[in-house]
Amino acid sequence: MTLTQAEKAAVVTIWAKVATQADAIGAESLERLFSSYPQTKTYFPHFDLSQGSAQLRGHGSKVMNAVGEAVKHVDDIRGALAKLSELHAYVLRVDPVNFKLLSHCILCSVAARYPSDFTPEVHAAWDKFLSSVSSVLTEKYR
Amino acid sequence: MVLSSADKSNVKGVFAKIGGHAEEYGAETLERMFATYPQTKTYFPHFDLGKGSAQVKGHGKKVAAALVEAANHVDDIAGALSKLSDLHAQKLRVDPVNFKLLGQCFLAVVASHNPALLTPEVHASLDKFLCAVGTVLTAKYR
Repeated sequence: MTLTQAEKAAVVTIWAKVATQADAIGAESLERLFSSYPQTKTYFPHFDLSQGSAQLRGHGSKVMNAVGEAVKHVDDIRGALAKLSELHAYVLRVDPVNFKLLSHCILCSVAARYPSDFTPEVHAAWDKFLSSVSSVLTEKYR
Repeated sequence: MVLSSADKSNVKGVFAKIGGHAEEYGAETLERMFATYPQTKTYFPHFDLGKGSAQVKGHGKKVAAALVEAANHVDDIAGALSKLSDLHAQKLRVDPVNFKLLGQCFLAVVASHNPALLTPEVHASLDKFLCAVGTVLTAKYR
């Protein structure tokens, strides 16, 4: 699955807006993830997962920074996220199904904040993009 | 997810061992899949899915032939299955989750007929291979 030029452009465009609220969107996405899919909390026994927790906000920022990196290097997501890919393969080992869940939550947060920008085409491009990111992060598992 | 040289050689070994039984295995794989995952029958409203059905046997042969082709071109599965990939994207549109189910059933068939063959390492290689085939066949969906 490769992103077309149009899709890459759509991702970059919406990111310009998302980036202005990246931290908030990151924290909100994680909040959505933990409330809709409580099983995902299993990876964070060491966190305070209550609303507004500093750890949640910090981690949300990390996640969105990585997404931002991927946007910046949308032509070489694999290269841009190589270290993160290894981290997930050898240390974190987050079950691949969870990437879909987090991607979905990020999508929801973005859609909620930018309803008029989130056209079907932008939705599809963003979903493909997050799918690519997820693939890269799980490709070294085995 | 990339197949290592060990994976490729394991896969070739499995298919060498299966040899002429591939077609039979294909049919049995479908039978198991329809029995265990009845939702997969949705793609075959035009088939007689009863035991020993000639259509299932015929289709099993096709599926097996594709897997054999992929194994024979394990260095370029995308190239080898390019037409099949187009077919699935433009016409068949089998939901991606079903490729995993078919893969599992194929693995079960191989294991049940060749218990000593499927060591943990060979099992992992074959599973990776089947995942790679699934990925290629869904790569052009969007």
